[in-house]
Amino acid sequence: MAEVAPVPVGAPAPQASLLTVDGVTLQYGTRSVVVRATYRVSFEVRRGDRFILLGPSGCGKSTLLKAVGGYLAPTEGEIRLHGEVIRRPNPDRMMVFQEFDQLLPWKTVLQNVMFPMIVKRKLRASEAKDRAMAYIVKVGLKEFANAYPHTLSGGMKQRVAIARGMAMEPDILLMDEPFAALDALTRRRMQEELLQLWDGTNFTLMFVTHSIQEAVILGNRILVLSPHPGQVRAELRGVKDFHADGGPLVERIHQLLFPGTETTGGH
Amino acid sequence: MSQTVSFDERGDRLVDIPQTNDPSQFVSKPLPLQLRVVDSNVVRKIFVVVLLIIGWQLYGKWTDNDLQFPTFTATVSAFVDSVTRGTLVEQFLNSLRILLMGYAAGVVIATAMTVLAVSTRIGTDILETLNAAFSPLPAIALLPLAMLWFGLGVGSLLFVLIHSVLWPVALNMHGGFRSVSTTLRMVGANYGLRGLPYVARILIPAAFPSILSGLKIGWAFGWRTEIAAELVFGASSGDGGLGWFIFENKNNLEIPAVFAGLLAVIGLGLLVENLVFRAIEIRTVERWGMQR
Repeated sequence: MAEVAPVPVGAPAPQASLLTVDGVTLQYGTRSVVVRATYRVSFEVRRGDRFILLGPSGCGKSTLLKAVGGYLAPTEGEIRLHGEVIRRPNPDRMMVFQEFDQLLPWKTVLQNVMFPMIVKRKLRASEAKDRAMAYIVKVGLKEFANAYPHTLSGGMKQRVAIARGMAMEPDILLMDEPFAALDALTRRRMQEELLQLWDGTNFTLMFVTHSIQEAVILGNRILVLSPHPGQVRAELRGVKDFHADGGPLVERIHQLLFPGTETTGGH
Repeated sequence: MSQTVSFDERGDRLVDIPQTNDPSQFVSKPLPLQLRVVDSNVVRKIFVVVLLIIGWQLYGKWTDNDLQFPTFTATVSAFVDSVTRGTLVEQFLNSLRILLMGYAAGVVIATAMTVLAVSTRIGTDILETLNAAFSPLPAIALLPLAMLWFGLGVGSLLFVLIHSVLWPVALNMHGGFRSVSTTLRMVGANYGLRGLPYVARILIPAAFPSILSGLKIGWAFGWRTEIAAELVFGASSGDGGLGWFIFENKNNLEIPAVFAGLLAVIGLGLLVENLVFRAIEIRTVERWGMQR
């Protein structure tokens, strides 16, 4: 295992790689077949990136995110965080899932956000509570801090999950199509809110989506994966202003993924 | 309150919705009392119990034979009599004490086996095989063997009690653990939880609806086994308990007292179901929206 040089406090190193995915092949087996999800995928995520994994279904983007989460070991290659090989799930990589049932139903919004901090003994209870409350306020759910998850709408549950992830102040926040199960209006608003949250704290984000438009809105870097098995097709820089420059980029990504077809306008 | 409608230059219709305190314009309001009373589970269940009691009383009057089917009032007076002058309370507490011991031991063993079953594959095989083999076996069929091994007394009772509580509790708990969603499991792992803390802080609460229903079934099975075993014991050693109370009074042809004993069994069942388990449900699975 490589020794990592300590990063000086307060001195961000924007070019240093936070997460390195190095020639990673991922396979998983069912009872009768072995499925190869990705083949020799390499990329680097830097501190403060909004890194998007984009691709059609079957390109292994979710599997790749799970491997970064530590749920799955590569059959070939390595995934390193701060130079250390990732071996198992850990709250330094907090996950936000697509499913609404990712909140613990037996805990209130506040308790859900506090729980990982308490488990990790990162903070004393009162500090954990203050920090949890601060993030709940950030995602606009102050009035619902003592509500149980089943009383919340889908969008609100996803906001809680985001608050829970951010409150741990992880090295990297991993999001697996968190807005895919939301209605179109809510999804659009959540994308804006996520960008605003990022503007405030500049956390590092890795975001999986199959929507080209969402990738272009949210990402500053977009890794385009081709399917069966997932391989890197391109790594693109995002756009600052979606309304001004989003269209051509959407078109370009579409051509990369589906050469020779017309765009449908994305969704 | 009227709404102002305007049309803009595109011909789109725009409506101003005024703020209003008009009570006919509500988002939510409480239901009237009579509807809430009819909707109350307690009220409806008491109604069912009252109907049963009336039917019982009428049938008892009609047969007019206290040796076969005493009336409700005769049973109640025998009940009061046994409580004040007889040994009903003492026998009842005897039974309850042993039942609670057996129940607690059964639940602890079931939890240990189930935790082993979710953590190792061989544990799963063991639990599933033992469950398939022993859960159809009536506890009372083991009683002769238990008497041979543990003698006539608490030991044998506990053995059959544990047998009757263990399997339904373990089966439900295991089923509950297995049906915890992949997402919740991944969330728990993400927090760095493994081993026993993972079971205690993620699996048990997530599987709580199944666990609770297992605990309920286990309680009912245990109570039945307790009474049944005491009937046999009563015949052989005369060592206390509610089953023995019933058996003894039957021998003395005190049929209203037999009914009073049965009433005590039923009464405790209703009490535990509607107070203890219900209170747990309201504070847990219902509050969490896991069960309606």
